[in-house]
Amino acid sequence: MKVHEYQAKDILESYGVAMQPGRVARTVDEAVEAAEAMAEQGSTMFVVKAQIHAGGRGKGGGVKLAKSIDEVRTHADNILGMDLVTHQTGPEGQKVRTLLIADAVDIAQEYYVGVTLDRQTSMDAIMVSTEGGVEIETVAAETPEKIKKAFIDPTIGLRAFQARRLAFGLGLEGQAFKETVQFIMALYDAYANSDATLAEINPLVRTEDGAIVAVDAKINLDDNALFRHKDLAALRDVNEEDALEVKASEHDLNYIRLDGNVGCMVNGAGLAMATMDVIKLAGGEPANFLDVGGSASAETVEAGFRIILEDPNVEAILVNIFGGIVRCDRVANGVVQAAKNVDIDVPLIVRLQGTNAEEGQQILKESGLPIETAILLKEAADKVTQALGASQAA
Amino acid sequence: MSILVNSDTRLVVQGLTGSEGSFHAEQMIAYGTNVVAGVTPGKGGQTHLDRPVFNTVEEAVVEEGANTSIIFVPPPFAADAIMEAADAGIEVIICITEGIPVQDMIPAYHYVQKTGAHLIGPNCPGVITPGEAKVGIMPAMIFSEGSIGVISRSGTLTYEAVDQLTRAGFGQSTAVGIGGDPIIGTRFIDALELFEADDDTDAVVLIGEIGGSAEEEAAAYINDHFSKPVFAFIAGQTAPPGRRMGHAGAIISGGKGTAADKFAALEEAGATIVRNPALIGEAVSNQFSAA
Repeated sequence: MKVHEYQAKDILESYGVAMQPGRVARTVDEAVEAAEAMAEQGSTMFVVKAQIHAGGRGKGGGVKLAKSIDEVRTHADNILGMDLVTHQTGPEGQKVRTLLIADAVDIAQEYYVGVTLDRQTSMDAIMVSTEGGVEIETVAAETPEKIKKAFIDPTIGLRAFQARRLAFGLGLEGQAFKETVQFIMALYDAYANSDATLAEINPLVRTEDGAIVAVDAKINLDDNALFRHKDLAALRDVNEEDALEVKASEHDLNYIRLDGNVGCMVNGAGLAMATMDVIKLAGGEPANFLDVGGSASAETVEAGFRIILEDPNVEAILVNIFGGIVRCDRVANGVVQAAKNVDIDVPLIVRLQGTNAEEGQQILKESGLPIETAILLKEAADKVTQALGASQAA
Repeated sequence: MSILVNSDTRLVVQGLTGSEGSFHAEQMIAYGTNVVAGVTPGKGGQTHLDRPVFNTVEEAVVEEGANTSIIFVPPPFAADAIMEAADAGIEVIICITEGIPVQDMIPAYHYVQKTGAHLIGPNCPGVITPGEAKVGIMPAMIFSEGSIGVISRSGTLTYEAVDQLTRAGFGQSTAVGIGGDPIIGTRFIDALELFEADDDTDAVVLIGEIGGSAEEEAAAYINDHFSKPVFAFIAGQTAPPGRRMGHAGAIISGGKGTAADKFAALEEAGATIVRNPALIGEAVSNQFSAA
């Protein structure tokens, strides 16, 4: 699960990670009030930052420096409500509903610090780099020698010597070195205890007076651990998610919207990905990923149809169920019932394979519904190609 | 021969008395798997499916000689169940549970490594050696005895591949579902190593997916150490970057872990690449009838 920058900063601050001061605002007036309160604490310059989940906010015009409270008002007015387009949002952009008004710090040097799982070693790894403000993937590709790493052995946890080695690796000394060691220890503590899958500070800043503060913060949380973090689970912002994906999650369906023309509904994530690949090879483009899970009951199939059909780009639907424990005749009855309840106005291809596949196909054929059936995946792919050819000819 | 499970398997089911554990244990017994005990803390002394239930895995090992465990324990307690099995001296631990937090799996993974046990999964369909033992949740009727080893990160996609193999006349030596999580006990490399040493396996079908670098590591291993033919399919050729495709481990991040990279690495290592998942059986059939 993703959270906003201001939420990530709150989480990190609660573990003692040094943060650039800031306040949240949801209206222009709140933004001005926030800046005024910060001015009383000594702030003279401010950064007005759009709070959306996507990265690349600065380049899209969602982060502005304000040299006065009047400028805070102007920028807040411009940014709030805008559809912010970044390389991560898609062309329609993401509506800005919240701002973070931050104290503009004097930057002497920018660094990168991140914690995430290293899948190769199955250990958490902390990465630091002197290339602050640059995406870590870019640094890894172009100047990998500038990244220093420490792996965390779960039997002893993160140790001070590792944090020291990383801080020395950044070329730090004096007060900034000490603060960086503390920063790294606190950051890992926050990462591990909040069950994050990523905690990334980019940039980490050394100020002109030698202090170390996080200027940006990103945290992704492990969905599988939210059961033990009710407070963190409450940070979910459904405004940042695709409306159809939110609706699907309410039905316990794992749906991801894509921009193709053939919808699909599959049991199992691996088979769902493979089905998307089959659609592409058959001449279409997948409109979605949808895993209906193990049961594929009439209720879940019906919800799946409704969600797929809300996407106006869908020209055909391929249902691909490999019946193992769940019997194909049962799935077929579910599909028939669902198809009767939902007005399906595009070609529907249903491939049922596994236990009682023939009985399943028979049920579909006898339903009187315009369903193309298949038992082999290859047959299903051919029928997708035919359906697309027919719809393009029409 | 075969790998991991066979007629010598003496299986303990952790979570036997739960609805899933109970259902699948019954199926495994019906297949002929030697299920010797169940473990449910607090229900020790009971009998379930004609098998003794113990409070601890240790008792199942001491009393019934269990050497293999299958875990149907809910996610918050599953990592603990894995470590309990390893501590009790279980040699092969197969964890079906989906949804275990990463921070729980890190210590469990490293502890199992230390004991020398094989952990399969989590978030996997299990392992089957057709005709000998089924330790998992897969539908038995699609499998047939033979000499093709199968290794896959997925569940139903494994069934798809196996079904195609069986239809094409190629039975399986052992099929291993290694699981779709970012941390799994047995990776492609580990399973390939076991298949290399197995005289009953003549070729391997490897089914990968986007995310991580396990397929690239497998490619390096195949290139240097693996002598048998490998057929490889990677799911997720059309998956967008940055999105988790159902499995916790199936995500392209920072441009890494794409299907294209994995196909390229495997192709370079000499594996036969199958780009269309509908043609896995056909690919195996073509190669072996041509030879």
